Amino acid sequence: MAFLEISNLQKDYAGNRVVENFNLAVEQGEFISFLGPSGCGKTTVLRMVAGFETPSAGSIRIDGKDVVNLKPNQRNIGMVFQAYALFPNMTVAQNLAFGLKVAGKSKAEIESTVQEMLALIKLEELGQRYPFQLSGGQQQRVALARALAVKPKLLLLDEPLSALDAKIRVSLREEIRSIQRKLQITTIFVTHDQEEALSMSDRIVVMHKGKADQLGTPFEIYNQPKTRFVASFVGTINVLEGVVTNPQTGSFKLNGTELSLGRSLSKLKMGDSIALALRPEAASLGQVARKAGQLQGIVQDVNFLGSVIRVRVKVGESVLSLDGFNQPLVAPPKAGAQVIVSFSPEELLVLAD
Amino acid sequence: MSVISEPVDATATVIAKPRRSMAWLGILPFLIFALLFLILPTLNIVIGAFQNPAGEFTLANIQKLFQPSILASYWISIKVSVASALLGCLIGFAIAAAIVLGGLPAWIRSPIMTFSGVASNFAGVPLAFAFLATLGRLGLVTVLLREWFGINIYAHGFNILSFWGLTLTYLFFQIPLMILIITPALDGLKREWREAAAILGANGFQYWTMVALPILWPALLGTFALLFANAFGAVATAYALTGSSLSIVPIVLFAQIRGDVLQDPHLGYALAFGMIVVTIIANTIYLWMRARSEKWVKS
Amino acid sequence: MNFWRSNRFWAWIALSFGILYFALPLIGTFEFSLRMKRGEYSLEAYRVILGDPRFQATFLYSVMMALLTIVVGVLLVVPTAYWVRLKLPRWRPVVEFITLLPLIIPAIVIVFGYIRMYNTSSALPLTGSAFGTDILMVAGYTVLALPYMYRAVDTGLRTLDITTLTEAAESLGANKITILAKIILPNVLVAILSGAFLTFAIVIGEFVFAALLNRPAFGPFMQLIGANRAYEPAALAVIAFSITWLCMGLMQLVTRLQQHTQVKQFR
Repeated sequence: MAFLEISNLQKDYAGNRVVENFNLAVEQGEFISFLGPSGCGKTTVLRMVAGFETPSAGSIRIDGKDVVNLKPNQRNIGMVFQAYALFPNMTVAQNLAFGLKVAGKSKAEIESTVQEMLALIKLEELGQRYPFQLSGGQQQRVALARALAVKPKLLLLDEPLSALDAKIRVSLREEIRSIQRKLQITTIFVTHDQEEALSMSDRIVVMHKGKADQLGTPFEIYNQPKTRFVASFVGTINVLEGVVTNPQTGSFKLNGTELSLGRSLSKLKMGDSIALALRPEAASLGQVARKAGQLQGIVQDVNFLGSVIRVRVKVGESVLSLDGFNQPLVAPPKAGAQVIVSFSPEELLVLAD
Repeated sequence: MSVISEPVDATATVIAKPRRSMAWLGILPFLIFALLFLILPTLNIVIGAFQNPAGEFTLANIQKLFQPSILASYWISIKVSVASALLGCLIGFAIAAAIVLGGLPAWIRSPIMTFSGVASNFAGVPLAFAFLATLGRLGLVTVLLREWFGINIYAHGFNILSFWGLTLTYLFFQIPLMILIITPALDGLKREWREAAAILGANGFQYWTMVALPILWPALLGTFALLFANAFGAVATAYALTGSSLSIVPIVLFAQIRGDVLQDPHLGYALAFGMIVVTIIANTIYLWMRARSEKWVKS
Repeated sequence: MNFWRSNRFWAWIALSFGILYFALPLIGTFEFSLRMKRGEYSLEAYRVILGDPRFQATFLYSVMMALLTIVVGVLLVVPTAYWVRLKLPRWRPVVEFITLLPLIIPAIVIVFGYIRMYNTSSALPLTGSAFGTDILMVAGYTVLALPYMYRAVDTGLRTLDITTLTEAAESLGANKITILAKIILPNVLVAILSGAFLTFAIVIGEFVFAALLNRPAFGPFMQLIGANRAYEPAALAVIAFSITWLCMGLMQLVTRLQQHTQVKQFR
């Protein structure tokens, strides 16, 4: 049995179903992300796990125990909020000690745990500071340590990085992940930032309109998106519309050229239209020997992003994005140039609606 | 803060130097007015408290304040002020908490705030009339309690012209004042603080005693000091309610100014000086405690 | 949830207690004011009061005092608050402290100071004539209104962020008069009006200044009636309460009107 088991979870607000038939099993020590746009229900699921919202139906089991009827303060869960939520009237050390104090731990134990936590987040010198004297990144590290100080069974992170600057965001997500690995604590991380989810998680739940669209490792989510929503929300995609010519061989027609996916399209029949996704990095400029797919187009604009150059090419009515690595000796194409976009049909992703 | 503001100040002095004396003039009317009609009259009383009729310095007036009858006046004044401020804070807080946190319908808030604005300004003579008409010997509540429930509150020692009667009357403007001031402070309590406390294992009581009340403490203290001064200096309500049967300090002073009942004008100044001292002490305690409890607030 | 239900239960208890405490004196006063004629409810007390020439005279006098106080207060507070915000930010703590003093120093002490400082044998014998005493009355009422007036106007200016607005408008070529007339004044007007209604509510029934300076104002008149009559005081209390209510209602009205126009501007 999994460490955290959520079954058939459902939440209705004034007639609106904001979470529907949500199922998830999380193993001990796993780092799971809930990824989705705002209003997709990811925070609501998290708040039901924490106990701030009562499910309309379904069950939540932590370590084999049904917690739905437990109050938040009986669940032994750690949580970090988006807006830090440090107690402004307490020093860093007092904030860290809060959970231990209400649990009635001894002074000596509190003191040693606070020191341990300060060391964990590398803020040993700042124990006597008040929250307003800390930067946003420091505050969020204190909030993390405060949540961990009570040795929770489960750690919930509710968009903990979204209020921070870009640079701090990156360094803090590495720090959170390394602390999580060190403590082997089961963690749920809610975010709308796909980069965060992809870089930090063991597995990702992509949520959309109150439902879990797909559950998988970052690699699976990115490379085998099951729905059009997942494909478009995680990373950038180009959608190509083709017509199936032979479902058994996976052949289809695209801009008059017949190509093959190399795998059968069992659910479709001849003449069906098919939506195919192409990742920008899977397409190349110019003819490439191994890549059978070829499209004619005109360069619309070129964005130099550093290690990567993104070229947008107008093909027929649609615009395709192409990512290529920067090559110091090769200048990127100019806007207006006639180019050929090539790709391997096998790398196309078939999108279900 | 100093790091940021210093360069700004430096440029301001450089550029505005010739204009500086002009800028001064802008608030001169205000300063003159405050001097003439607020500060000097007050100082005048303070000085008078330390003078004998010949205009020489003396401490005799202050010493005379310590005679039992005057001490008793201060004592009952302070008691009424503390009681009405304390009860005003407690009841006002309970009602404000009910509005903000109690899950009452949202539309209820606006009429309560409006009414609080009205009631907090409904003091003085008419307030006394209202309470006489309600809790006086022939007042509505007195009569109803007697006729419906057979309770004669006057037989049980209640009198509107007493300490508790006055306190009860003062609450009519103290409670709404508290509601007006503390409601925004309660709004300022973030939901995340409550949730963070809960998820860390705290129950509701622990959240209130360890997080919410310490955060609200400066606002509570400040309101208490304000309510205290509000009651301590109030004359009209008490005078219209009790005449001179309850000798709180403002009433004694009122009678002294009108007819020199103490037969010593300089004792009157000392009495007024004593009132200033009490309100200043109250406000100093407030400022001191606020500074102590507000270390965590951005300077 | 059970937790919420009990919370709401206590909220209703607190609220009901409050409503009871505040409604009873109002109902009691109103009921009492109707009892003048034996055995029936009548408006007799109101008829007697409103027909009393002293009522008309004192009420008119207090209205005049209130209006004068508002004018003096506005002329004193608005330029000062604007100037402090714009040019003398370092003076702000001082000015704010002075405006808060009337909340600390009891009014009776201030009026006592007037009587001592401006008596007939002083350099400025204002208490010697009715006109001079009226000046003291208006000055005293302005002092009483200072904390409310200043805070209302200052808050109005703060939400405007006049420094940035002034600079922005100047950089767009507007001169100071345009800025004051087109941007600052319309918004501060609401603050001024709400301060004015509050001042009116405070001054109209004020007792201590008028009684000790011996002027024929509405406050001392009410007290006199209270000492000698039975039912008329209740009628007076109802009238005074209605005036306070009217002032606060108008105050809310102008504030709401302003919010309305602000929303419109943002659209």
